[in-house]
Amino acid sequence: MTVAIRTVFPVLDRAGFHYLDSAAMAQLPGAVMEAVAHHDLTARANVHRGLHELARRADDAYDAARQSVARFLSAEMDEVVFTGGCTMALNMLALALGEALGPGDRVVASVAEHHSNLLPWLMLAQRKGFEVVTLAVDDDGRLRLDDLSLINEHCRVVAVTHASNVTGAVTDIPRLAEAAHAVGARLVVDGAQMVPHGPVNPRALGADFYAFAGHKAYGPTGIGVLWGRRELLAQLPPVLWGGGMVGMVGLDGALPLDPPQRFEAGTPPVAQAVGLGVALDWMSGLDWPAVTAVEMSLTRHLLDGLAALDGVRVVGPLKLEARLPVVSFVAEGCHPHDLAHLLAERGVAVRGGAHCARPLMTALGLEEGCVRASLAPYTNRADVEALLDGLDLAFKVLR
Amino acid sequence: MSNPGENMTEAIYQQEIKDLAAVAARRLDVPDASATLDNPLCGDTVVLDLRLTDGRIEALGHGVKGCLLCKAAATVAARSAVGLEADVAATLADRVSVMLKQGGEPPIPALAPFLTVRPHKSRHGCVLLPFKALAKALGR
Repeated sequence: MTVAIRTVFPVLDRAGFHYLDSAAMAQLPGAVMEAVAHHDLTARANVHRGLHELARRADDAYDAARQSVARFLSAEMDEVVFTGGCTMALNMLALALGEALGPGDRVVASVAEHHSNLLPWLMLAQRKGFEVVTLAVDDDGRLRLDDLSLINEHCRVVAVTHASNVTGAVTDIPRLAEAAHAVGARLVVDGAQMVPHGPVNPRALGADFYAFAGHKAYGPTGIGVLWGRRELLAQLPPVLWGGGMVGMVGLDGALPLDPPQRFEAGTPPVAQAVGLGVALDWMSGLDWPAVTAVEMSLTRHLLDGLAALDGVRVVGPLKLEARLPVVSFVAEGCHPHDLAHLLAERGVAVRGGAHCARPLMTALGLEEGCVRASLAPYTNRADVEALLDGLDLAFKVLR
Repeated sequence: MSNPGENMTEAIYQQEIKDLAAVAARRLDVPDASATLDNPLCGDTVVLDLRLTDGRIEALGHGVKGCLLCKAAATVAARSAVGLEADVAATLADRVSVMLKQGGEPPIPALAPFLTVRPHKSRHGCVLLPFKALAKALGR
């Protein structure tokens, strides 16, 4: 099965190339590249504005892309907002929800958050006067949910990641949804790492808002998605103003359109949305139980291989349950950046550093960061073997 | 793709640089000035302490949480800047940058091993960080 999947990705057709950095940027199926190019060749026009032939095609393509996203999320089309990326989606959400927050209010995030789901809240809190508190993690980087007393009557928003971009630990979203909703708070979920590993149903999970990035989900860069429950999106104010998102406009003000247009000011990333739609359609067509079985089998092989190497410590859960195939580690006497460099010389693409998650690095005592190997449906055993062999050789250079 | 095996021992991890990185870093007990700088790409952090006498660097201490290249460059900075006029020391960061990015000569002979870092743009910051910290400690 992995062989068939790999044939879909032209970049993987290179001897000695082992791509294990999908958590930063997933590779593109050829069909996505072709769809973007075809769109720009045959339907390059602004959307919801023109009447000419290309404009009509662009409208149809953009709407079809939104339909693909909605299908992937088991959602309605008007619950899907296209954004410039996951960071943009989370920032927009913080601004929109934060509009009603002030002194005495509380936002509960976690130390496991990517900066994109933490800094928007922290920065806004400085201006608006509400407080941001964080859920702690255990030694494996899993959110500690045994004590959710932080989610109290002052809490208005709970903002957490669905899965850590460092440890791969998956968050128990239904548990947090129960706690958040019990006090009337909204649950914001960063799905950037979860979505690349199969279709998600945010409504069924109990989320109120859910964001993800196109480029991590086998789609183009410059496109992301903000999903929200229809009734909740309808209550939020716009955070960006411009063309395409207003009805009545006068010098005394403007009346915003209903979602999702309310949140899509200006010319949207149309071709990128089309590409994302094709990517998610491709994902929707995969046999995910089988794909997940392969991904986790390779993850087990990687975890076992790392455990067998001298002085290596895995950062994250060792058990496959409740984790993604995102595996981080540190090696005694080797800085993560040096390891990543030496692995790159062997054609093994990993990421070394703090992974835009400094509070988590601090919480886990990883002052120099860690190395992350992130798997995808196109990862094969040779990729994992190349990483393990490369580490063995890198240790000989660095130690 | 690169040729497996041979490149593992590529020049930037030559013994000279590894030896420089292995030198223990020491902070100054009573510095006249200190500066801390981070490299957001890899998470390196350099702390640099100075004592100045009559406009010259009398003593220099440092601490590094960083990669091998950063540690090695910090050792060179700590060794080479002592005795330099502050104005001259403050220009080192720019001159190291020229060495790495524009093919300039090493401003300090001890930096010669770092010429091998030139092709690796993503590592330039690792070498530059201690020299930028030096400039910052000097108020530049």
